[in-house]
Amino acid sequence: MLLFADEASSSIWRLLFEPWTHGIMQRALAEVALLGLVGGALGCWIVLYELSYSAESLAHAMFPGLVVAALWGLPLMLGAGLGVTIAAVTIALFGRIPEIGRDTSVSVVISALFGLGVVLAFSPASPPRLQELLFGDILGVSTVDLVRGASITVLVLAVSVLLHRQLLVVGFDRTTARSLGASPTLVDVTLLVLVALTTIVAVQGLGNLLVVAVLVGPSATARLTTRRISSMMALAAFLAFVAGTLGLYLSYYAGTAAGASIAGATVVLYLLVFIAQGATSPNESLSKDVLQTRSPK
Amino acid sequence: MTADASNGVLAEASGLSASYGGPVVLEDVAFQVEPGMRIGVLGPNGGGKSTLFRVLLGELPLSRGEVAVKARCGVVPQTERSRLDYPVSALDVALMGTLSRLPWWKRPGRDERRRALEALEVVGLGELANDQFGELSGGQRQRVLVARALVQDARLLLLDEPFSGLDKQSAARLSSLLRDLATEGRGILISTHDIEQARRWDLVLCLNRRQIAFGKPAETLTRAVIEATYGGEIVVVEGGDSGSVTAVLPPHHHEES
Repeated sequence: MLLFADEASSSIWRLLFEPWTHGIMQRALAEVALLGLVGGALGCWIVLYELSYSAESLAHAMFPGLVVAALWGLPLMLGAGLGVTIAAVTIALFGRIPEIGRDTSVSVVISALFGLGVVLAFSPASPPRLQELLFGDILGVSTVDLVRGASITVLVLAVSVLLHRQLLVVGFDRTTARSLGASPTLVDVTLLVLVALTTIVAVQGLGNLLVVAVLVGPSATARLTTRRISSMMALAAFLAFVAGTLGLYLSYYAGTAAGASIAGATVVLYLLVFIAQGATSPNESLSKDVLQTRSPK
Repeated sequence: MTADASNGVLAEASGLSASYGGPVVLEDVAFQVEPGMRIGVLGPNGGGKSTLFRVLLGELPLSRGEVAVKARCGVVPQTERSRLDYPVSALDVALMGTLSRLPWWKRPGRDERRRALEALEVVGLGELANDQFGELSGGQRQRVLVARALVQDARLLLLDEPFSGLDKQSAARLSSLLRDLATEGRGILISTHDIEQARRWDLVLCLNRRQIAFGKPAETLTRAVIEATYGGEIVVVEGGDSGSVTAVLPPHHHEES
């Protein structure tokens, strides 16, 4: 009996540890940890500033840059950076035309750029890594990619720590932020730059279509249960790592696409927390919903 | 925390006019705020109360005239404007007042936390410091925002419709807090569209896109001034606590079908 239990537990341990004996999976896990850190810290601000849609738009807008980089054999991060810059400049230019306006300019520019990316991607010289661009290739992350990702992560974390109090004040009440010594413009611009940088890191692992999962999902989940920003960030980073690890296990044993599995695990975690919270305190979650609908943008 | 009451005028304006780039929305404003004064800024919506506050805060340039603000301003906005679902405690909100006092990259330390807790004690919320801001009552949230202004060490407080939506008890509590803060030598501007409330302060400044009057409420709030402030016609209904109830009807109300 004891022998049987020993065997069962040793085979569970084997199942748990085996994936991480491969270099590919170790690098993928490291990438997941990086995404968790950067997504946890910044994702909370994205959720609190209601920038989820902007973050998604930014990811789509960099698609042509990624395709061109793949076609020319350049590093994807370079393509992503160029793509985001072109998108930001185009949006800013179109947004200045009064007849068009900012909102319309965002949707037109983003759709046009994504469309351009698709045209390029399906051209006769279709890049060999098209699938990677759309869905990411977390299992194909190289050590060089990891070092680049880690550098950007450190930069994003450092800036968000330095700007933490400004972010807190502006997000709380934009109209009085200036009287308290905060600068809403500085905060908005910096936050967008940080989101763009984070997207560049995340695109490598999760691709253009799934990047929002890691930026928004864990933070939205953490928001359901936490009452302070610091704990929300810590929980979001932890959840992103858990979802990433679960996704990698699923991908390893069920042969599913890694990026999609991670995105799926993120959504499942959100649903579980949402249901668990609703079951334990239905009134509280109701009042929270009411508060959310009442909160001004 | 204490404000020096011996200094002179905290803010003064003469011939002040302001616009948001288009037509002038507020003109010919002239008044002084002395330490210890509670001034009601009375007027209808769109009468220029918020514009005046923005000018005093330096957020809106003058189109004409002069304004001199000689003390640090703290704003107490309507609490509905704050994010009630924001994950911060009362103490976190009070600590926001330290932003301009510290280098921008620095986190508040033990001293700042002590100041913030003291300010929450002053407004009677020391025991609720760790409660979620959004879960406090309207009156308590209002007092947390006053505490935030105290942490800023603001000697001139600008309160935007602070009594709207407060029950009697919360309103009384806020009134006595404002009296205490004025006694410490702070100047307090309280915007309101409630005439009865404006009678309670030391001075009243009546605005309706221009300055209608400025002075002691008993002398200033005459029928003519109130009608000019609200651009309407007064109807007095006998009864109530003060012996009469005043209602101002909007101009051209008879045209409504």
